[in-house]
Amino acid sequence: MIADEATPTSRDDVIFRAEGLTKTYRMGDVEVQALRGVDLQLYRGEFVVLLGPSGSGKSTLLNILGGLDVPTSGSVWYHGEDITRANDTQLTQFRREHVGFVFQFYNLIPSLTARENVAIVTEIAEKPLAPEAALTLVGLGARFDHFPSQLSGGEQQRVAIARAIAKRPVVMLCDEPTGALDSATGVQVLQALEQANRDLQTTTVVITHNADIARMADRVLTMANGRIVEERRNTARISAAELRW
Amino acid sequence: MRGQALAIALVIASGIAMLVMSQATLESLRETRARLYSDYRLSHVWANVKRAPNSSAARIAELGGVNAVEARLRTAGKLRLPDFGDSIEAAVLSASEAGESGQNRLYLRSGRLLDAQADDEILVSDAFAQAHRLRPGARITLTVAGHSEVFTVVGVVASPEFLYQIKPGAMFPDYERYAIVWLNRRALEAALDMHGAFNELVLRLAPGASESDVIAAVDRQLERFGGRGAYGRGIQLSARFLDEEFRQLATMTKLFPTIFLAVAAFLLNVVFTRLIGIQRDQVAVLKAFGYHTRDVVLHYALLVVLICLLGAAIGLAGGIWLGKALAALYQLNFRFPFLDFSLSPGVALLGIGLTMIAALAGAGYAVFRAAGEPVAEAMRPPAPERYVKTRLERLWFARHAAQTTRMVLRQLERRPFKALLTIVGLALAGAIMMMAQLQLNAINYMTDMQYRLAQQQDMTATFTELASRDALGELRGLPGVRRVEGFRAVPVRLRRENHSVQTMIEGLPGDGVLRRPVDVDLRPVPMPASGLLINDFLAQRLGVVVGDRLWVEVLDGELQRFEIPVAQLTREYMGVQAYMELDALNDRLGDGDVLSGASLTVDEDSRAAVARALDKRPRVAGSELRLAAIDAVYKTISQMTDTFTWVAVIMGGVINFGVIYNSARIALAERGRELASLRVLGFTQGEVSYVLLGEQAVLVLLSIPLSFVAGYGLSWFLATNMQSDLYRVPVHVPPGAYAFAALVTIVSALLSALAVRRRIAGLDMIAVLKTRE
Repeated sequence: MIADEATPTSRDDVIFRAEGLTKTYRMGDVEVQALRGVDLQLYRGEFVVLLGPSGSGKSTLLNILGGLDVPTSGSVWYHGEDITRANDTQLTQFRREHVGFVFQFYNLIPSLTARENVAIVTEIAEKPLAPEAALTLVGLGARFDHFPSQLSGGEQQRVAIARAIAKRPVVMLCDEPTGALDSATGVQVLQALEQANRDLQTTTVVITHNADIARMADRVLTMANGRIVEERRNTARISAAELRW
Repeated sequence: MRGQALAIALVIASGIAMLVMSQATLESLRETRARLYSDYRLSHVWANVKRAPNSSAARIAELGGVNAVEARLRTAGKLRLPDFGDSIEAAVLSASEAGESGQNRLYLRSGRLLDAQADDEILVSDAFAQAHRLRPGARITLTVAGHSEVFTVVGVVASPEFLYQIKPGAMFPDYERYAIVWLNRRALEAALDMHGAFNELVLRLAPGASESDVIAAVDRQLERFGGRGAYGRGIQLSARFLDEEFRQLATMTKLFPTIFLAVAAFLLNVVFTRLIGIQRDQVAVLKAFGYHTRDVVLHYALLVVLICLLGAAIGLAGGIWLGKALAALYQLNFRFPFLDFSLSPGVALLGIGLTMIAALAGAGYAVFRAAGEPVAEAMRPPAPERYVKTRLERLWFARHAAQTTRMVLRQLERRPFKALLTIVGLALAGAIMMMAQLQLNAINYMTDMQYRLAQQQDMTATFTELASRDALGELRGLPGVRRVEGFRAVPVRLRRENHSVQTMIEGLPGDGVLRRPVDVDLRPVPMPASGLLINDFLAQRLGVVVGDRLWVEVLDGELQRFEIPVAQLTREYMGVQAYMELDALNDRLGDGDVLSGASLTVDEDSRAAVARALDKRPRVAGSELRLAAIDAVYKTISQMTDTFTWVAVIMGGVINFGVIYNSARIALAERGRELASLRVLGFTQGEVSYVLLGEQAVLVLLSIPLSFVAGYGLSWFLATNMQSDLYRVPVHVPPGAYAFAALVTIVSALLSALAVRRRIAGLDMIAVLKTRE
């Protein structure tokens, strides 16, 4: 069991505040309502799991929070700045300085080694960890000079996590980080996320289908049909190492 | 895909257009020339003689192999026009009286032919008439043998004998200062005092007759009358020039389209291989739906064929249009009175077929490879590409390079063959542009050498007959004349074993400074006190080196032969001249201390006055202003060569753009996911562009020096294939040509970079996160 350290207490700890977010996609002649009015606050250092079936709007919400997409209506404030009104350059800067991403399919650069995949981010960050330190943090101390094609899926995902944490982001957004991995490997990846969240006080949002993973979160949000339909707070987080599915 | 398809189609179009343009031009000109020669009955053999009785012509007509003979009069004259200050030289001929069945029939462009009874009528060559806007009814003064008379122009004509209207010895035609005119024979007979005699014989051969046998027989017949050697179409000036021009055009016709099509085919192959490589998942989907491999192949083949056909249609239309324009330009230059446009479909079809085969081979390979995989395998994106650290990274700069630079280097080194092909494609496109400019550059260089180094005189005066050295004093007395140097030009045939060349020996004063042949290093060659100075090309033709002895047959007046050693070689890009020290030449010929003309330097202000003064002297056949000659040269060059050069340069540019744009677009498609991932990580558009365009930039930069080497090589090849007795094209590639090729390459690269940069801005960051590598 881990103590419930990250429970927010004051408004100052709010990092993200989203209000009335809607998102409508046009796919050919069909309109898809991905978000139908989402209100949300994220607090410093908390670990949030976002559950919900496919098409419930989880990824859309994450993309908007990360500055990869813009809502059709509504606003997102990051530290009081409305990022929905930012232009491409400002959003690029926002992602560069404040957000770490981890994706289901790793999105590593195949031509760079593990160390270089991390270095590519630390080179453009202000006060980064050394690439080697970030890789050691996720348990890849022995694989610095391996190319992605020489690493297993779990190892590749841990490189992706090292890449996300190396710039010491304020928030880490993870979209199905274990989706492509078997259970044992998935646990290793979650342990890496957990450690970054704990050691670097990084607010972490993890999207998953897997309800078991919710047990390691401070807070669990469940989405359906473009809305947050349930919010619950875990009274006690369990460690990632205890997870099995 | 639309932009890429269009870029590919344009590359095909360039290749096909080049092929069609060159082929159509050459074919049309050849067809037209053939029709002109046959319909207007061009002679097969010409023979000049000092003075032969008409009865000797009748005897020659009875020689075996001779079909028809016409005896005529020909002389050099001077023309004067009311509003033109410079002197005009003219070849004056007696018009054929044989009518329809005669040789070298005239094509009437305007007016009428001569009235057989009128002695004051004259026909003028079309180019000259056009240069001076002369129309029937105009009056001109003609001076022949010191006798001036006013004639009325009744007709403007073209002749198959003078399609290329160039003064003997000139490098390029000068229509303002050189004319061909025809008079009634009776009028010319009177002026030359040649009643019952002729000085030129033209004849047509019987089918199957041997030209050399007839020439030998004619020479024997005319020897006692002062025969100057008969010659065939291979030596006749206009026919020879056309032969040479056509031969050069044929060389370019083969070389340019071959390179264009080779580059286009190469590009198509690469582009389609990679394009379909990217679409392997779509191939798999089609197969998953139950399509046979052959259906999928057919689908892509159709796409390839459509793009090729689009390109071929543009190329065909453009090629025909350009071919017509270029042929029309050549028509003007060669003074063809009409042009039969002709294009054999076989050549165009061959070109289209070849490009299509190349494209289909590239596409087919990729489709079969994609279709050969198990469907489930192919629908999954390919496994992460295998990379290694590159050899380049052992270098200091690469060890300290940013990760993005490393990406560029590794991408390049991982597929060195692909990179090499792109570099070769770019280099060839650059080389085409350098080669296309060869003619223009070479001709500039040649005229420079001819006129600025080897010939320092301002004016040249040619005497109607040999004059004594006293004539120089007379010329020196003209106001404004600073220096006068005499020369003597003697028509000769040089023989060595079984090689022979008909040319001139020019006798130049040993201490002269105005006319100076230059050596390979462009230094003036001192005139050897004895022996012959010949140019390198003539030496090669005769197979002689310095010290070898040559037989000289004098073709002027009494036939003389003497043997003389080759004293020294010189380099000249024009003609096959031989030089001797003037006194040594006069000694050999034994007819006294004589001259056939003089070179003069004249104060600039006095040049026109000196030209007029010379013009009035009956014993001066013509004078030539050096600057006017240079002007004429440049005018002619710019007309013809520019068009071809620019067409080739533009098409080279299109190919260049096509290669770079497609290379960048395909790289974008192949690496879009990687680049979008970088955008997600917070890389700016500029930083992401660097990764993609950096690779292209390296390829472009590497291609430039290679294009210099290839461009020089192609220029050399072209020059070697274009050399002839008339002139050699020096392989002169000035720095500007290198700079130009590099500049076009860089501009093409920047343009395609801009086009691709727009697409980088539109990268879909979200889509790539949802798909597996």
